[in-house]
Amino acid sequence: MRNEWPLYEVFVRGKRGLNHVHVGSLHAADDRMALTHARDVYTRRNEGVSIWVVRSDAIAASAPDEKDPFFEPSGDKVYRHPTFYDIPDDVPHI
Amino acid sequence: MPARTPGRTDGRTPAPGAANAPDPAPAQDPARAAAEEHFEATLAREQRIEPRDWMPDGYRRTLVRQIAQHAHSEIIGMQPEGAWITRAPSLRRKAVLLAKVQDEAGHGLYLYSAAETLGADRQDLTERLVDGRQKYSSIFNYPTLSFADVGVIGWLVDGAAICNQVPLCRSSYGPYARAMVRVCKEESFHQRQGYELLMTMMRGTQAQREMVQDAVDRWWWPSLMMFGPPDADSPNTAQSMAWRIKRHTNDELRQRFVDMTVPQAEKLGVTLPDPELRWNEERGHHDFGTPDWDELKRVISGGGPCNAERVERRRAAHEDGAWVREAAAAHAAKQAERSRRAGKEQAA
Repeated sequence: MRNEWPLYEVFVRGKRGLNHVHVGSLHAADDRMALTHARDVYTRRNEGVSIWVVRSDAIAASAPDEKDPFFEPSGDKVYRHPTFYDIPDDVPHI
Repeated sequence: MPARTPGRTDGRTPAPGAANAPDPAPAQDPARAAAEEHFEATLAREQRIEPRDWMPDGYRRTLVRQIAQHAHSEIIGMQPEGAWITRAPSLRRKAVLLAKVQDEAGHGLYLYSAAETLGADRQDLTERLVDGRQKYSSIFNYPTLSFADVGVIGWLVDGAAICNQVPLCRSSYGPYARAMVRVCKEESFHQRQGYELLMTMMRGTQAQREMVQDAVDRWWWPSLMMFGPPDADSPNTAQSMAWRIKRHTNDELRQRFVDMTVPQAEKLGVTLPDPELRWNEERGHHDFGTPDWDELKRVISGGGPCNAERVERRRAAHEDGAWVREAAAAHAAKQAERSRRAGKEQAA
């Protein structure tokens, strides 16, 4: 009988003030088990103060083959960066 | 054939069986050529390949094989030392050994997780291990005869593993490299606890010192074999290095391990069992004898002292755990059904 537990992705907040970061995946029967497994697998040495788990099949992601057109709109807008603007060196605090 | 885990909706998992399928597109296909060029350029810039990137089938196959073997080694590697947990001589040593064996389980899980990003199926990997279709490191097919073996495994076996694994932190496949970073951080504790254990025994009685020397005599050559066959007999190395999966050849890493270990042995007061071992001023490295490559072949192909025992133990653990996995899945299904019904009633 094939009865595999679903795959979960695990995100850990390393300490207060930081974002949750993806650390890997694991199999678990349900959300609660996924959390306790994530604790045992990914935080054996105080690596985290908070864990998120989410079913892998619930994640929507951009496709790598649409990479160029998908991110292209931000490619030619150099004026969004502060270095685009010439300001004389003797103007202070800017 | 049993049903496979369905592909993830994020599309990062290729179609089932993709890892084993031959390249379907001819090389002259322009889209394929562009993908190949992008892949090669990413490698050349020392950037990482990520799960959903296009990659050659050979690259994917090589990685699945290597990562799976690596994961299996961690899981099987729990057994030789696990055998000593109940017989550790103090509560401190028992707690340390428990933590170390638990780490090995964790390392196996990080690596299985990396293999799954390539489309490998977890249950399929386990079945391949217990059916003998995928291999694990030859080192775990040797028995642990005394408690000194626990120390020597930490010092030599984990020391050799660190030599192998540190360069893999720069491996071209992102999830593998990231798993290796975590593993390497934890291996350092493994090696140090082993060396400390041996230092303690060397300060003890003559009988304890002899136990340590005996363990070193038995583990030294198998440790050197952990780096794999000599370069001349390792046909996959060149391709793996071109793909930047591997960063050094087997012989380079073996040499590095010997050079690192000789001064540690001196400090410990043990003799490494190799009459040809000596410093070569000209090369700036130690010369050393040739491991028994026939023995390595024999142990890899199932003829080591503990092969059958290790795989049988893994199979039994997997089969004995089946009812727990099924019960947990049934419980989860029941709970999900209950909360669905409760939600409907609330909505009504």
